[in-house]
Amino acid sequence: MIAAGIDIGAKTVKVVLMSDGQVLARRLVPAGLDTAGATEQAFQEALRAAKLERSQVERLLATGAGRKTCALTDREITEVGAAAKGVNHLLQSCRTVIDVGAEEGRTVRCDERGKVVDFAFNEKCAAGAGTFAEGMARALQVPLEELGPLALTSRQAVQMNAQCAVFAESEVVTLIHAKTPREDIARAVLDSIASRIISMVRKVGFEKDVALIGGMARNPGFVAALKRGLETDVFVPEEPEYVGALGAALAAAEP
Amino acid sequence: MIANYGYKDGSGDFFIAIDTDRCNGCGDCVPACPAGVFAVGEDLHDPLSDKPVAKVVEEHRKKLKYSCGPCKPDRNRPPLPCVQVCKPLALAHSW
Amino acid sequence: MGATLVVQETKTLSTNKEFWRWKEYRWHDETLDWKGAGVVSAGVDIGSVSSQAVILLDGKLFAFSNQRTGFDSPESANQAIQWAMDGTGLTLRNIHYTVGTGYGRVNVPFADKAITEIACHARGGNFMYGPTVRTILDMGGQDCKAIRCDEKGKVEAFLMNDKCAAGTGRGMEVFADLLSVPIEEVGDLSLSVEQEPPPVSSTCVVFAKSEAAALLRAGWPKNKVLAAYCAAMAHRVVTLLERIEVRKDFAITGGIGKNSGVVKRLEKELGLEALKSPYDSQIAGALGAALFAYTLEVKRRSS
Repeated sequence: MIAAGIDIGAKTVKVVLMSDGQVLARRLVPAGLDTAGATEQAFQEALRAAKLERSQVERLLATGAGRKTCALTDREITEVGAAAKGVNHLLQSCRTVIDVGAEEGRTVRCDERGKVVDFAFNEKCAAGAGTFAEGMARALQVPLEELGPLALTSRQAVQMNAQCAVFAESEVVTLIHAKTPREDIARAVLDSIASRIISMVRKVGFEKDVALIGGMARNPGFVAALKRGLETDVFVPEEPEYVGALGAALAAAEP
Repeated sequence: MIANYGYKDGSGDFFIAIDTDRCNGCGDCVPACPAGVFAVGEDLHDPLSDKPVAKVVEEHRKKLKYSCGPCKPDRNRPPLPCVQVCKPLALAHSW
Repeated sequence: MGATLVVQETKTLSTNKEFWRWKEYRWHDETLDWKGAGVVSAGVDIGSVSSQAVILLDGKLFAFSNQRTGFDSPESANQAIQWAMDGTGLTLRNIHYTVGTGYGRVNVPFADKAITEIACHARGGNFMYGPTVRTILDMGGQDCKAIRCDEKGKVEAFLMNDKCAAGTGRGMEVFADLLSVPIEEVGDLSLSVEQEPPPVSSTCVVFAKSEAAALLRAGWPKNKVLAAYCAAMAHRVVTLLERIEVRKDFAITGGIGKNSGVVKRLEKELGLEALKSPYDSQIAGALGAALFAYTLEVKRRSS
């Protein structure tokens, strides 16, 4: 039975096509100015890659920030449910899923079947999720994907005082002006986001194994900061941004 | 004076209000808080007063939502240790 | 007041792409002679965005300066006081007591004491708006303060938000930049709409900016987008004020006090008109600091 999961995030739309527990195709398209268009595009590209016709997809579930306005289906699953399901498929021993996207950070505690036991959000404030990193990468004049590797070369922890993405940008400019090494600033930025995510995680508590998904999981500096702060190992799936869509597809396939 | 420490951001209002007229500087709130949010000292906002009062320390002022998180679970929230220990009833939380 | 408030000297406005720039200036009262003063006191307010210095002669306003804070707080403090003294013949040695305030208050090298901005704004507001003022809203570069005071300018309640950019000057700068509108024109432009649009839904400046960008793409004109943002900011500030209970009379200090788009919407929602002052709303902090300096010097001499 062919099932599809669509994760409509703030920055990107992800589609995963599955059949009997196997992934047939996955696609990611930037949401850009036209989320509906991006969703349609991602879906079509995934179908093409799996050599499937639209009609062959029997079940479809949407998740993510835009799940309520998905034109392709009116069936949805919460991001929290999708995250737990998705990670459980990849790592059955996982009991805590940390999902850090562009605009929202989440922590989900789940059981051995991937069922949600407890959760918490960081929402509505850009400092609580990945957008914080974007602004700082801009202020440091490095491409976003280089922020993590740059942070890893830092040999000194520097404290960031700002708890706001807008103020932090000014603080970064001041630090640059005070000749603070760029790698130390990069590390401070990622430590700062990690600290807010970790506070959220500690509020509901966490249990090993711990997994990290979402766009920020691609940032090695952030992963390092998270491991450091939680004092535990963190499992990062190979394609962390697809796990929500994966979870939605798995949930769609369920009877 | 009512000193409101904390902030409002997109995710909500997070203020601890300390009534410095009621506060007697006893310092019971300091060890009662597991996160170390409080300290007792000079009232910086009343430069002509000598009476020591409680305040929220700089380190936690802009992170209160997170600092107070462990004492405020979403379900079955127990009474807050800092509020409970304050005999003059000088402490209040906005969330 | 003895002399009319005339801007004597301005640093030239940069012409290209710096929409956040506002006029920097200094002033002094040419009818007063500092050499005859008993106490010359100064207040220096080093904010994260702007810095002011105020000089009083026996508690009377003599000179002030207002400029953008540089990267170095001590240097900004020096520049602020020097510019205030410019053309008066005063030097630092003639000042009997200086109080530093603002974000950079511990970095004023020549200050005798540092006093918080909350205390200084209440004191300064009391001087600028008179003893009837009870509620002062200060919207600065990187913070937003709501202060209730008594008839002497003593603080009775306060709330300061310096964690979040929404409701601060920096938040407004982000929008001025997005819309390519010089910050000094934002207010009037936002009021030029025929009908008030709904406010932007996000409180967070970063998310509001994305929302605004989408509105622009949907064809909203600049003034409508600005109106939506100013409305959201005004409402947000009202909720902060309500936490300390607004009482008449009400006054607004700080840079955004000059943004008619936010001020008018605030007044409407509060049902209160803000008091006006002949003095620039940005000097309230430094003025309060200078007044404390005067009191402390008199106290020192009498002990």
